[in-house]
Parts: sequence; C-alpha cells; structure tokens
Amino acid sequence: MEIKMLDLTKIFVSKDKREVHAVDHVDLTIPSGKLIGLLGPSGCGKSTTLYLLAGLLRQTQGQIYFGEDEVSDMPPEKRGIGLVFQNYALYPHMTVRENILFPLENLKVEKEEAKKRTIEMAQLVGLGEMLDRKPKELSGGQQQRVAIARALVKKPRVLLLDEPLSNLDARLRLQTREEIKRIQRETKITTVFVTHDQEEAMSISDEIVVMKDGVIQQMGEPQHVYDHPQNLFVAQFLGTPQINVFNGVVKNKKIYVNDMFISKTTLEDQTVKVGVRPEGFIVDLEKKSEFKFEIDLVETIGRDTTLIIEVPGNEGGLLDKITFKAIVDASLKIKAGDWVHFNIKPEKMYLFDLEGKLLK
Amino acid sequence: METKNNLKAWLYLAPMLILMIVFTFYPLFNAFIISFYKDYLPLANDGAGSITGYTFANYSVILKNQLFWQSIKNTFVLALVSVPVSILISLFIAVALKSIPKLKGFFQTIFFLPYVTNGIAVGMAFAVMFHRDYGLFNLVLSWFKISPIDWIGGTASWWAQMGALMIFTIWESLAFKILVFTSGLQNIDKQYYDAAKIDHATKWTIFKRITVPLLSPLILYISITSMIGALKAYNSVIGLFGEKLGGQPYSMITIVAFVYKYRSDFSFQGFYSYAASAAIILFIITLIFSLIQTTVSKKRIHY
Ligand SMILES: Nc1ncnc2c1ncn2[C@@H]1O[C@H](COP(=O)(O)OP(=O)(O)OP(=O)(O)O)[C@@H](O)[C@H]1O
Ligand SMILES: [Mg+2]
Repeated sequence: MEIKMLDLTKIFVSKDKREVHAVDHVDLTIPSGKLIGLLGPSGCGKSTTLYLLAGLLRQTQGQIYFGEDEVSDMPPEKRGIGLVFQNYALYPHMTVRENILFPLENLKVEKEEAKKRTIEMAQLVGLGEMLDRKPKELSGGQQQRVAIARALVKKPRVLLLDEPLSNLDARLRLQTREEIKRIQRETKITTVFVTHDQEEAMSISDEIVVMKDGVIQQMGEPQHVYDHPQNLFVAQFLGTPQINVFNGVVKNKKIYVNDMFISKTTLEDQTVKVGVRPEGFIVDLEKKSEFKFEIDLVETIGRDTTLIIEVPGNEGGLLDKITFKAIVDASLKIKAGDWVHFNIKPEKMYLFDLEGKLLK
Repeated sequence: METKNNLKAWLYLAPMLILMIVFTFYPLFNAFIISFYKDYLPLANDGAGSITGYTFANYSVILKNQLFWQSIKNTFVLALVSVPVSILISLFIAVALKSIPKLKGFFQTIFFLPYVTNGIAVGMAFAVMFHRDYGLFNLVLSWFKISPIDWIGGTASWWAQMGALMIFTIWESLAFKILVFTSGLQNIDKQYYDAAKIDHATKWTIFKRITVPLLSPLILYISITSMIGALKAYNSVIGLFGEKLGGQPYSMITIVAFVYKYRSDFSFQGFYSYAASAAIILFIITLIFSLIQTTVSKKRIHY
C-alpha cells in the first residue's frame, strides 16, 4: 500500500496563542512494501506525522491517501493501520495473548481463526512461550515485540512505529532492529519507522526521510542521502563522527580555507561552507598539499585512527574556532604534535552557500 | 537504628491512634459488652447504671423482633441495589464528562453540589418532589400518562417507598463517586485509548475492556466504602420520611434507625442492650460484606 501525503500540515496552537507548525506542507510518497525511516532531531514533528497518518491527530490542512483511498477524514479505527507507540502502550491488565487478540476480537474475526493467528504472530516475534504473561512480567524488548505483534496481527495496510527502540539497551536495540527488519521483509507491509538515531535509520531503512522543523529536507536511499546531502543540515545530521564544516572562500575557481588551497571548483567567487566527511581526508605523505594542521590528539580504535585537530581560528574571521576530525589509516603512525598535510577526496567534500544550500 | 525508626513511626501515629481508641475501639468494645448485659438500666444509680448479670437473651430477643427483620430487609435491599446502580451511573457520568472537556468544570460543580449540601435538607427537598399531588416526579410521570403514585405518604406501597429512598440515596451518593472516578480517569494514560482506537475498539468496548479494568482498584474502593455507607443508612430515611421512618410508621426502618430507636426508648428494661446487640450485628454484617468484596476482588483484580 502506497502512502501519499499532499501538502500535509499540522499547526498546534498553544495556550498563549502561539502557533507551532509541527508538520509544515509535507509532500511525501512512501512506496508500497518499503520500510521508511523517518529521521530528525527531537521536536521536528516525527510523532506528529505518524499520528496524522494514524488518524489520532487531525491535520490542519492537506490530504493523506492510502493507495487510491483518501483517508484524511477517516477515524483511526477505520484506517487499517498498526501502530507501535513510543512506550508500547500495552494494556497492563491483559496477558500477552489477550493483548494480541484484542484487535482481532474487535474486528470480529472468527474465534478459532483469531486464536490461531495470535499464536502464529507470537511465534513470529519469538514470544510463543510467553503468551500468558502480563506485560510487566516481560523485559523491554519482549514488550516491544508484543506491541509489534499486536500491531501486525490484524494484517494492517500500514505499520507505523514511533521510536520503538528508544527504551532498549544497546544490544537489545541491535537485535530488535534486525528483527523488525526481518518481520517487515516477511510481511511486506509498508512501514514507517520513526527515530532520531541516524545510525538506526540508516541501517534499517530502505529509504530515509530527513525532517527538520516540520519540513522534509530530503528523501532517498540511506547511502545515497549520505553521499549526496542536499543541504548542510542533512549532511550534518547523517554520519558519525559528524561532517567537518569549514568556512571557505572561492577565488578564481579555487577553494581556500584559512588561505590554504584545497581544490579547484567551477563556482563563481563567493564565501562558502566547506563540508568534509571525516573519512574524506587523505594524508599527503609527500607533504605537497597546502592544507596542513598540527595534530592535537590521536585516537586509535581497531583499524582506524581518528585525528583530532583544534583550529584556533584566525583574527580575520575567515576561520572560526573549530575542532575537526579526520579518520585515517592506523598504519601511518601519526602522533600528537605532528604536522600533517591533507588531500581531500572530492566525493567526500560538499560546498554549501551560507544558508546551507548545496552548491552544485 | 531499626528501633529508633520504629519509635518515631509510633510517635507519628500516636495522635490518630489515641483518637481511634477513644472514639472507635472503646465504644465498639463497650457496645459489645453492653450487648450481653442483663436488665441494663444505664441511668440508675445516678448514671452509673445497673445490671443483674450477663446473658445472650438480648440477641435472641432481637432476632425474634419483627421490626428488626424489617430493618434488615430494608437495609439490604437498599444497599444491594443502590450501591451497584450508583457506581454504574457515576462511572458513566465521569466518562461522559471526560469527553466534554469544555463543560466539564461546570458539570462537575453541579454534580458536586449534593455533596456539600446537608443530607437532611436535601431529603426534605426530595420529600417535596415525591409528594403525591404536587411533586415533580408525579408531574413527569403524568406527561407519560402514568397516574400519580403515592411515593412516601400514608398509602404508599413498600416498593414505592423503597424506590423513593433508592432514588434519593443514589442521587446523594453520586457526587463523591463522580469526583473519585473523574480523577481516576485522569490518571489513565491517554495512550491506552489511542491504542484501543488503533485496535478498532468501539466506545463500548473501550469502556468495558479498558476503562473499567484500569479503574478496578478504585471501583473496589468505592464499592466497599459505599457499601459500608449504605449499610449504615439513616439520614436519608429521616430526611425523606421524618421521624415516622416511613410512609407508615417504621416501614422504612434501617438497622441504624432500629439501633437508634431502642437506644432512645426508655419504656422498658434492657432497651439499651437491645440497641447494642443490634449494633454488633450490624458490625458483623458490615465486616462480612467487606471481607467478601475484598476476596472476590483479589481474584478478579490482578493488576
Ligand atoms: N499537543 C500538542 N500541542 C502543542 N504542541 C505540540 C503538541 N504535540 C506536539 N507539539 C509540538 O509539535 C512539535 C513536534 O512534536 P513531535 O512530538 O511531533 O516531535 P518529535 O519529532 O516526535 O520529537 P521527539 O523525537 O522528541 O519525539 C514540537 O515542537 C512539539 O512541541
Ligand atoms: Mg516523538
């Protein structure tokens, strides 16, 4: 089931009459059968988007289509969606079995059939042995899987997950993430997965949607978005360590940072922001490159060495005081205090204008 | 450390404990003793009272007393009907209030008014409303072409009187229950309702399967306290029927009214002990009811 949002807008009016544009003119098409990661910082409108899709909130403006059906004015119980809440919202007085059975009972599914499906679903999420426990007798990860089972058992047209992993510890998080991916592949339900963890979104999603202040910044396959960010926000939001951003100038088709030549460009003369991914630095062993720094700190983890460089900034104001990170090969044996010359991989460098828009 | 803390705890509890001993345990104990006195005359010997021994006779006399059984019947019927009905009504009202947040404050005030009004005064107002010839209830009935009923007058049937008493009792007890349920509902996480909507539950299903179970500890608390309250009904009878305690004398007598009647009846010896034994029987009945409710609910409320 394809999900289409047209000009979708949600404005909250707070008590002091201030308007919050939680979702702002969103046009988005989510392809059928895909797992989409909706990603953005806290308060950017992810949950609101999800609740609009679910029908728990009413949009201020715009339309929502599930396939051919317009569902904009449909109450949640008619939309045929499964929703996993941020803190699961399992019914505390019902057992796992009753929790999973509940939607089927409401849909008046025939009793034997409902029982069968409940057990199958419990097995799919690996909870076949725990059907008669109460939610509070389960671990966080198990509760989360009950919530998924409850959402999936009614064979929804769309599955919505609101930061389902945020309450889990690191290991359980990885494990459950894989499980969600597997269940989604097996069931082929169009799924929207909300998270503010970029790594989580990148690893689980077929496509990611990056959101900021209620506005969609970019959508695409995780690696593609990572490699081709359309603005500085997206570039900074994806990837750890974060992308390094330098103030630069373009003069006579050449880019300079701190008066050091970096590379050539086709752009006109202007001031720019130069984004370089930490893995975009190549150590120039011949020391020909002008782009050189004294290393402040070296961290080696496994194969990679992270060079941490503090740039004091210069009085002219071309370069702000920044700390940047470069990931290089550990075999180079660089030490703190060394001067290192860098070349930059062109595909790991992006130029943005001062508003943060990508310059092509 | 342990003992020190214990001492402190006892110290904090002391004022309450002393009050309880003076005003609850001692009278209870005393009533128990008095209920076994033989020929007790509390005012004899300049108020020291006189007895001629101990006996079980007070109980057997009471248990053979027609009026006592009348009071048991009245109290039981009143309690067993008015408690569940008022709980159901107040639950519905509390749930309904929740869905009209704008008017909630207004209605809460209205529903709370009976609670802050004197029960006997309200009873008198109800007595007017139940009046056969110009009462509000019969006026409403007349709209539906139902001929006037004598609710509380001399010709009123037992059922009419009980009906009037129930309506009044339920009305009077709604306020507090609505208040408790409203605050209970506020404590239920809104996400359960969202989840239930997503799970295709109808309003009725949500009420039955989500609201009631999640409120069940409160419902238990309310049903025990209001059962105890109903078993002690007295004010309402006085308010509605006056000292006659019914359309016909004593027709709506309750256990407490029975106790009171004998306590203040100085026309024969032993009256005081009869009242005491009736009070003890009421105490035992109340205890049994509470125990049944707690055990039943322990099996059914597991959350
Ligand atoms: N009921 C509401 N009334 C007023 N403002 C609201 C309401 N719900 C959300 N908002 C505002 O809308 C914006 C988006 O909120 P939303 O819950 O969608 O963020 P989010 O992306 O899910 O954040 P998080 O990652 O912290 O869950 C926030 O600024 C929030 O304060
Ligand atoms: Mg959220």
